[in-house]
Amino acid sequence: MEYVIEMLGIRKEFNGFVANDDITLQLRKGEIHALLGENGAGKSTLMNVLFGLYQPEKGEIKVHGKKADISNPNVANELGIGMVHQHFMLVDTFTVTENIILGKEPKAGGKIDIKKAEQKVREISEQYGLAVDPTAKVADISVGMQQRVEILKTLYRGAEILIFDEPTAVLTPQEIKELIQIMKTLIKEGKSIILITHKLKEIMEVCDRVTVIRKGKGIGTVNVSETDPNHLASLMVGREVTFKTEKTEAQPKENVLEINSLFVKDARGIQAVRGLNLTVHAGEIVGICGVDGNGQSELIEAITGLQKAESGSILLSGKDITNLKPRKVTEQGVAHIPQDRHKHGLVLDFPIGENMVLQTYYQQPYSKAGVLNYKEIYKKAGRLIKEYDVRTPSEYTPARALSGGNQQKAIIGREVDRDPELLIAAQPTRGLDVGAIEFIHKRLIEQRDKEKAVLLISFELDEILNISDRIAVIYEGEIVAIVDPKETTEQELGLLMAGSKRKEAGEMNV
Amino acid sequence: MSKRFSNLAVPVVSVLLGLIAGAIIMLISGYDPISGYAALWNGAFGDSFYVGETLRQMTPYIFAGLAVAFAFRTGLFNIGVEGQLLVGWLAAVWVGVAFDLPKIIHLPLSLLAAAAAGALWGLIPGILKARLHVHEVIVTIMMNYVALHLTNHLIRNVISDQSDSTEAVKETASLKSSFFESLTDFSSLHNGIYLGLIAAVIMWFMLEKTTLGYELRSVGYSQHASQYAGMNVSRNIVLSMVISGAFAGLGGAMEGLGTFGNAFLHSGFSGVGFDGIAVALLGGNAAIGVVLASLLFGALKVGALNMPIESGVPNELVEIVIALIIFFVASSYMIKWLLSRFKKEEK
Ligand SMILES: Nc1ncnc2c1ncn2[C@@H]1O[C@H](COP(=O)(O)OP(=O)(O)OP(=O)(O)O)[C@@H](O)[C@H]1O
Ligand SMILES: [Mg+2]
Repeated sequence: MEYVIEMLGIRKEFNGFVANDDITLQLRKGEIHALLGENGAGKSTLMNVLFGLYQPEKGEIKVHGKKADISNPNVANELGIGMVHQHFMLVDTFTVTENIILGKEPKAGGKIDIKKAEQKVREISEQYGLAVDPTAKVADISVGMQQRVEILKTLYRGAEILIFDEPTAVLTPQEIKELIQIMKTLIKEGKSIILITHKLKEIMEVCDRVTVIRKGKGIGTVNVSETDPNHLASLMVGREVTFKTEKTEAQPKENVLEINSLFVKDARGIQAVRGLNLTVHAGEIVGICGVDGNGQSELIEAITGLQKAESGSILLSGKDITNLKPRKVTEQGVAHIPQDRHKHGLVLDFPIGENMVLQTYYQQPYSKAGVLNYKEIYKKAGRLIKEYDVRTPSEYTPARALSGGNQQKAIIGREVDRDPELLIAAQPTRGLDVGAIEFIHKRLIEQRDKEKAVLLISFELDEILNISDRIAVIYEGEIVAIVDPKETTEQELGLLMAGSKRKEAGEMNV
Repeated sequence: MSKRFSNLAVPVVSVLLGLIAGAIIMLISGYDPISGYAALWNGAFGDSFYVGETLRQMTPYIFAGLAVAFAFRTGLFNIGVEGQLLVGWLAAVWVGVAFDLPKIIHLPLSLLAAAAAGALWGLIPGILKARLHVHEVIVTIMMNYVALHLTNHLIRNVISDQSDSTEAVKETASLKSSFFESLTDFSSLHNGIYLGLIAAVIMWFMLEKTTLGYELRSVGYSQHASQYAGMNVSRNIVLSMVISGAFAGLGGAMEGLGTFGNAFLHSGFSGVGFDGIAVALLGGNAAIGVVLASLLFGALKVGALNMPIESGVPNELVEIVIALIIFFVASSYMIKWLLSRFKKEEK
């Protein structure tokens, strides 16, 4: 069998911390090869080695059977290797075409030949069914489209081997279906793909083989046809994983969050939340399900004080918290796991330890009379890192250097640990491995059992169905239905989310 | 390569490269680099008088460097140190001339006036940035010119009667030190050097050890995350510019109450404020780094004056060396790369 890429015995260290230890990965021509491993197992690191961003301490890389020294990404490009990163690298104010040609501009008499470039981008886009508008500004297109621009960027540079680092973590279910279609087209056109994902379903659906790594070590490569999700999960975590979280019947108590005919505008001034009513009781998890962009973000921002409510009221345990400043809301006992961990959740250049007191640094014991007490701060950080299994070389490591999933675990630890009356969890398990998801779900249910209120926002129906006690369907800024997870199906939710079956407000028990 | 090591290695290697390049330039232009650098050394540290002059020159650099570094660490680029320094200078001298008070009140009051004036000069760009998102670089540059012409106008028409300078500040507001004078053979070294070192400690403590510094750094790195965490982003931006401006204003007081003992018309910028940018850059925007870089800059500037006298090398050469050092620091990426190559080869 012919291999297009062979990574043999790769070892990569960061200041003595071994992120990759003797890992071997062989990619066949025309296959989709999954790379599976827990958060922080070293997947992104391994791919960054292949893409020339990191230099391995040991090991050898062969491209088409020939030994290659990939000293930087330009060399990788020349060898036909392209990478779609976990976090996109696009210039917002440039058009799609400008982004794609950046660094490889076609010239006509010293000037950039933008027409020719657009033509070429259009051609490639059509060939692979990407449906990207070459003249659109990147800031104006959806995340899914931006990802396709990243794909186009690699194809424009003549990539034969494409690396996708967690491409589906940022996509909606519909976009994921389309991406899978695109990957299949790419294979048909003779490309080979390495796919990093935590979603075992996706692996089973599109991949040919899987290489599993655990804590930086290679566990082995298996054929997808000869395995199943349970087996993969246990290979990766090193123990059995339950996919359905056990929980008892909810015992809802008094109202914790009460929202009455809330109106909120989004950043562009368009009415995003329109007369929304919702109640969350102590001791229950309410899951908000809906298609992205139906007012979920604005709802959260209004509750947490990040966005002004136009009208309506938000009560927390009976107290009016409408339009309070974020700090006041936090002090009233609201914690918030934000949807965008890089933008809101962490100060990426702070050590992970300092990030653990982002909302509490001014309180005792973390500071006294305005002077920080680093001993206490790092004591707490050390404890959370242990409790939430945040894999990091140390608590002094900048948050930026943590793997995506471990950044998420750190945020969740910080928020849950404050033991809030109301915990708002927006996409809490995005980018987490199955073991970590199980752990986080348990924690959310634990909060519920401690008679706290949990508001969960997720695009994953599995997650919503799995752990909510009640499901609120949001459509065009309103809660259009409240359903019992035990009595509903994915199909019914799908219809409700599409706005086809709007229940009368009167018959709704909100 | 540990971060500590590269933080230290880049400036040190840059200084060495700058000096080597300077030597090559001297060689090409037909001068003797050894005698040139010997003259530079003697002019900076040759005897107690020169040491005094070097330390005196270092003093305003510390403040200017701290001002730039403080703003930079909190995500702002304060190009207005020069203007903040000029208004601080004048404010200090004004108070120093106008009042008759016991020293224990007069001197602190003059310093306070300088800090307040510099702070005010930082407040304006801070507010414009926080409220209207006007970039601080543009506003601070404009504020430099406003400061230059405003202080000149005040000196000529308000404080004095059409004269080129103000009176000398009262004894009770002066930083002059008879102790230093006797120690350093009547150099112009004054007590400001103590204040510079204290200011460096304050900046370090404020940024690294206080909740205020935590907030300021957080806002500097990520406004979104800071807002999420409940910090007041606008207030912190303004505060950062105000504190930075206060450091710069105090730098002006060093000149007004110490070195010169008065304020006078400036035909152009003093340059200290702009050198502060270079000092901060070379010092890695850390307090201790700023102090060391100030010492280097002070020594180069003072020592340069001796070069034409002792070795015939024009003192402009030092300006070239300084420019080259800054160039090498700015291209620190290259130096880090070189260092990592060396490391690799060792293995
Ligand atoms: N630049 C760096 N400096 C120090 N440590 C790093 C750096 N990059 C990664 N690491 C560490 O190496 C380990 C592997 O990280 P990596 O990003 O490869 O994980 P991953 O498998 O991609 O995880 P995830 O699924 O969460 O994205 C992590 O423990 C991380 O903290
Ligand atoms: Mg990763």
